Amino acid sequence: MSDPIFPHRQLLGIEGLSPLEINRLLDLSDPYVSINRGPEKVSGSLQGRTVVNLFFENSTRTRTSFELAALRLEANVINMQVGSSSVAKGETLIDTAVTLNAMHPDVLVVRHPQSGAVKLLSEKVRCAVVNGGDGSHEHPTQALLDALTIRRRREKIEGLKIAICGDVAHSRVARSNFYLLQTLGAEVRVIAPRTLIPSGLERLGVKVFTDMREGLKDCDIVMMLRVQIERMSGSYFPSMREYFRFFGLDREKLSLAKPDALIMHPGPMNRGVEIDSDVADDFERSVIREQVELGVAVRMAVLELLAGNAIAESATTKAAV
Amino acid sequence: MVAYTNARLLDPATGMDCHGELLTDGETISAVGANLFNGNPPDDAVVVNAGGLCLAPGLVDMRVQLREPGEEHKESLRSAAEAAVAGGVTSMACLPNTQPVLDDEATLEFVARRARLQALTKVYAYGAATKGLEGKELAELGLLAEAGALGFTDGAVAVANAQVMRRVLSYAATFDLIVLQHPEDPSLAGDGAMNSGEMATRLGLPTIPREAEIIMLERDMRLVEMTGARYHASHISTSDSVDIIARAKEKGLRVTCDTAPFYSALNELSVGDYRTFAKLSPPLRAEDDRLAIVEGLKCGVIDVIASDHSPQDQDSKRLPFAQAAFGGSGLETLLAVSLELFHNGELSLLDVIGKLTHAPANLLGLDAGQLRVGAPADLVMFDPDIGWKIVGDYFLSKSKNTPFDGRPVQGKVIRTVIDGRTVFEGKPHAHAA
Repeated sequence: MSDPIFPHRQLLGIEGLSPLEINRLLDLSDPYVSINRGPEKVSGSLQGRTVVNLFFENSTRTRTSFELAALRLEANVINMQVGSSSVAKGETLIDTAVTLNAMHPDVLVVRHPQSGAVKLLSEKVRCAVVNGGDGSHEHPTQALLDALTIRRRREKIEGLKIAICGDVAHSRVARSNFYLLQTLGAEVRVIAPRTLIPSGLERLGVKVFTDMREGLKDCDIVMMLRVQIERMSGSYFPSMREYFRFFGLDREKLSLAKPDALIMHPGPMNRGVEIDSDVADDFERSVIREQVELGVAVRMAVLELLAGNAIAESATTKAAV
Repeated sequence: MVAYTNARLLDPATGMDCHGELLTDGETISAVGANLFNGNPPDDAVVVNAGGLCLAPGLVDMRVQLREPGEEHKESLRSAAEAAVAGGVTSMACLPNTQPVLDDEATLEFVARRARLQALTKVYAYGAATKGLEGKELAELGLLAEAGALGFTDGAVAVANAQVMRRVLSYAATFDLIVLQHPEDPSLAGDGAMNSGEMATRLGLPTIPREAEIIMLERDMRLVEMTGARYHASHISTSDSVDIIARAKEKGLRVTCDTAPFYSALNELSVGDYRTFAKLSPPLRAEDDRLAIVEGLKCGVIDVIASDHSPQDQDSKRLPFAQAAFGGSGLETLLAVSLELFHNGELSLLDVIGKLTHAPANLLGLDAGQLRVGAPADLVMFDPDIGWKIVGDYFLSKSKNTPFDGRPVQGKVIRTVIDGRTVFEGKPHAHAA
């Protein structure tokens, strides 16, 4: 039977999910945190199932996290790093989807540099699909692990003031977090230079600040986004040192947030560009390593849930035929 | 001779909207008016009883993208012509952005000859404004005009460099030729895929701000004023564009413009969940802009409705949104979607038909678009009320990329006549869902 609260076989984004569904995913993730900390990390719930990590974009952290999650559920894991070479060979995204579908995997984890690409691919396959990040659109498991990290530290997300700082224009992490954190009742603020704030952003419900000091005032959580230096510098802002001066998180700016405010970052960090090492490595405040740790738990829960739903769904379809 | 009886005659050129008859003799209209035959059509005439349906000049579509030569898998002259007559289009003017580009007399002549062989819709072409549509050197405007080019444009791209555009306008003015511009500043449009705003922000897509169109139009108005040239802005899509054109007309500049049914009927919400069929150039805009386009049509600032037919095959559209090709198929939905303006009470039936016939024909100097004695018998008979659902899969065009797929519309082509010959007969209920 499919999960009664979260019956979907796809997780393409956070937008549109209800608080009930989000909490279900977080509740299912929670127990895996302590299991992962213990000596017996392996549960056989996906034994004999196949998880394919289909990555059209370079990724070490996310792919490893999904791979580890699948292995701990005893699934068979295949990693496909599809570089630009196979695009050059002429195989389209849809061809790839159809080919993979013919091999009957149970779960596809897909990352793609184009917004909407994972949805396009998901329409052509019958298995469970997890969006591992598509372009500048969504990265739902990252938002879930962020929320789980916050929830475990602060009990509830509702009512918290959360600042998301940096390249919101190109960030899928930011979008997924806007939807998730606001759905659970947090106040979300965005802090960035005007060049990195997409038009109509206020319509997503967030409060926009261009002055970091003002934006950080009384915040419970400060979430920094990675700056893609190679793409940004010189076009969206003049230089790294200027960016750090106005939008980098250091001890002084952090002092404007609540005294116990937590520091988060989806990684990998550019130390000295968006975040000072001094605060990134602050044991008391920084939960950046915890985010990575909880990522595995969240992905275990997501893989297990979606695979179960997909199997239940295909069983019902067969029964109907 | 063919006698069309019991018809609602619509002739925007004269303002005629009355019940009456029309007689064609060979390739031309020989008589038209109310009570023409007093109930007795000439004995040697074939009688076509219109059954009270509308009889109007055949549509003149002034913006169609051909894919022949070069991309016949998307559209051939044959399939374009079949789609055109099914849409009631009896004359169409095509962009020079084929492969090779229509920037010399030979390719222009090739298209004209191939089109004549189809013996369907009359095909006219624009010549390239610059060689190879590269926006650098002037194409041979004078020679191309002698070879039959109706006007000059770089097609789906703007002449971006101000100095080049100034020279194009200035040189075209020498021969009093019209220059058509795709008004979009490429440096602002960049790799954008849709209109900027909340929708694009949600979808995480790169954007084309409306200012890309507005700035290009503002610049061009200055250049038109400077050179005295005839200028036509293609498929305008924003409220500010309407204002700019209105002001230019007030100033007495020789400026005209058109829009496509996409921009009067749809807004950016059609993109929905990355629907690439709604990826158009210019991009679908916000609802405020759509309303302003309707208003522009109403007040007459927008002279013409053109289909902006841009056939794209599956492979160009079944891609992640930002990588998919721009464009929508338009010939077969031009009349029905334009008629929404009439059904919604925005424009009179005669005004809608005028923007599809007389206005573009007049602008391009074509002997078409009116029910005048002696004019070519290019006619469309249509039922303005009949309801049907647009289904791209039923298109005669090779490409099915319509952003209107599934849209219920009213108004259907029943018969298309070119030079007195019936070239298309629609079944009243075909395509109906």
